[in-house]
Amino acid sequence: MSTLTLAVWKFASCDGCQLTLLDCEDELLTLADAVHISHFLEMSSAVETGPYDLSLVEGSITTAADVERIHMIRDNSRYLVTIGACATSGGIQALRNFADISEFMSVVYASPEYIDTLATSTPIAAHVPVDFELRGCPIDRRQLLEVISSYLVGRKPNIPDTSVCAECKRRGLTCVMVADGTPCLGPVTHSGCGALCPAHSRGCYGCFGPSSDPNLTAMSGWLRTCGMTDEGIERVFSTFNVASPEFDGIRRDGQ
Amino acid sequence: MDSENTRLTLGSLARVEGEGRLAFTVRHGRVEAAELNIYEPPRFFESFLRGRDFREPPDITSRICGICPVAYQVSACNAIEQACGAHLTQPILDLRRLLYCGEWIASHTLHIYLLHAPDFLGAADAIELARIARPEVERGLALKKAGNAILELIGGRSIHPVNVRLGGFYRAPTPSELAPLAEQLRTALDDALATVRWVSHFEFPDAEIDSELLALAQPGRYAIEDGMLTTTSGLSFTPEEFCDHVEERQVSYSTALHAHLDGHAYLTGPLARYSLHSAELSDTARQAATEAGLGTVCRNPFQSIVVRAVETVFAVDEALRLIREYQYPNRPYVDISPRAATGYGVSEAPRGMLYHCYQLDFEGRILRATIIPPTSQNQAAIENDLRSTLSANLRLTDTELTGLCERTIRNYDPCISCATHFLDLTIDRG
Repeated sequence: MSTLTLAVWKFASCDGCQLTLLDCEDELLTLADAVHISHFLEMSSAVETGPYDLSLVEGSITTAADVERIHMIRDNSRYLVTIGACATSGGIQALRNFADISEFMSVVYASPEYIDTLATSTPIAAHVPVDFELRGCPIDRRQLLEVISSYLVGRKPNIPDTSVCAECKRRGLTCVMVADGTPCLGPVTHSGCGALCPAHSRGCYGCFGPSSDPNLTAMSGWLRTCGMTDEGIERVFSTFNVASPEFDGIRRDGQ
Repeated sequence: MDSENTRLTLGSLARVEGEGRLAFTVRHGRVEAAELNIYEPPRFFESFLRGRDFREPPDITSRICGICPVAYQVSACNAIEQACGAHLTQPILDLRRLLYCGEWIASHTLHIYLLHAPDFLGAADAIELARIARPEVERGLALKKAGNAILELIGGRSIHPVNVRLGGFYRAPTPSELAPLAEQLRTALDDALATVRWVSHFEFPDAEIDSELLALAQPGRYAIEDGMLTTTSGLSFTPEEFCDHVEERQVSYSTALHAHLDGHAYLTGPLARYSLHSAELSDTARQAATEAGLGTVCRNPFQSIVVRAVETVFAVDEALRLIREYQYPNRPYVDISPRAATGYGVSEAPRGMLYHCYQLDFEGRILRATIIPPTSQNQAAIENDLRSTLSANLRLTDTELTGLCERTIRNYDPCISCATHFLDLTIDRG
């Protein structure tokens, strides 16, 4: 088996999804035997030019230069996988998409005229074809290893396409919404975290983004039953996956 | 360098969190400018926090940095709890400090083994390092894992913990859940002590920074999760008074906003904490520092790796103490009612002081948010160090200088993602 060359790239993000790779403490050295890391700035000062077998891309596109860079990466990658909410849905910085960007800039910067930024934060798939999108803010370590392993052996990643509720039931947790009336986005949120929030007596806050075909009308009804206001419901969908089309819908008119 | 007038650019800094580059200009044998240029695009957290609910900043601001999310959660909680006049119970405060110890262990160990040690041993990364020092790299990974185990048990996950809320935690661990963690940490303490011994034998270039140092202080203990601000010139002030002393401004030679303390560059982080308050470390950590040859003050930035290792010993030791004395809280959080007020929160992120300020209205809506991350505070001091390092080493070749500058920057573990204020300007290339 020839060694797979791996590249890791960063756009607008917090670095957390790249860090997930370094957080594979038990697997990192084994992984390094199986793949050849060609480009991973956070980890290594040895940088090689492409082409690369597998590019993992973290972060969203927020500058004109980054639009060009993602095309260059796509052209040099056999497979391109996005990791995390920023790369997959634009991240929390996509809140700018629904605001006046110059007003946003003036709040943070004394000299906004010097800032090079687009008015939007967009996912990688809005710019280039993407082979697989791994969800999460941040991604899950076990799922990341599954994705890399699958490309190593040439099969599709086995990432279940279910909701957080399915994971929650599998863990045998008591439903925080039914039992305690705690607002929980588990029914409409993509699985992957292992139902972390319900396991900590808290409602899911949607950091893995929308599940497939979510019933957002029913969800809004449940959230209202739990005592949430329309403003609160709008806000809870306006977080780490605000620009994903499903959550954007409920944010605007789902109530 | 070969020519009198040179402009050298280091593209894409490696083994730092976030993305940046360095450029400097030499004219007639003199360093005219050294610019640490951050091209990390702005993400506008302070803008979109306006109008959010006062309970949201711990989850939202953790997303500023995946490496030190707990620092963001704790500084945000401190600020908003202060605005709302909340008083947390001691068991909750202890649990918060324990969580923060986890972040110190994980982040410091990440920096020591994966980002910084390769510099001292001539490796490009930890994978290459593992070829010449496999047991050491394995030890580092185990130590880092112990830090992450604290974050996962108390916070739910190591990156962007889910269990932190205003007033405390959603759920407190039971004493029996903490028991296996203590076992893991006892091994980690041996690993941390071995780490101090390992890094103390590295070769350290002569260097000394003369910047003023700023670190939090708490009576009778090494400050992590709160405190008063103290400096080497003898200043002591409260978080409320932070902006009376610290001003963010743009300087002509740089693309970044720099924070200045009473008009001067200053440094926060391990060297500052250690040099100001090493007396407050635990006995085990102080002894490890002495055996490593550190005095009570350390101003050599290359030795920051030793100080980080000593602080890791302290954080493991402190975590063990907190677990030993743990009292399961009756309730994992205290209730917080909003009020129209402004609150100020500080804490010591592994790489330096993190300041948050929130102005709330009577319903708890955020009217204004100000966040000054450590990298922004350290930026001017890092550039001062780069200028003097360059000036003293102009005879080196470009390749050697590049290596030296990269090392100089990595000494500070700058976390560029978290530098919410960095700009990406076009530099005047004169």
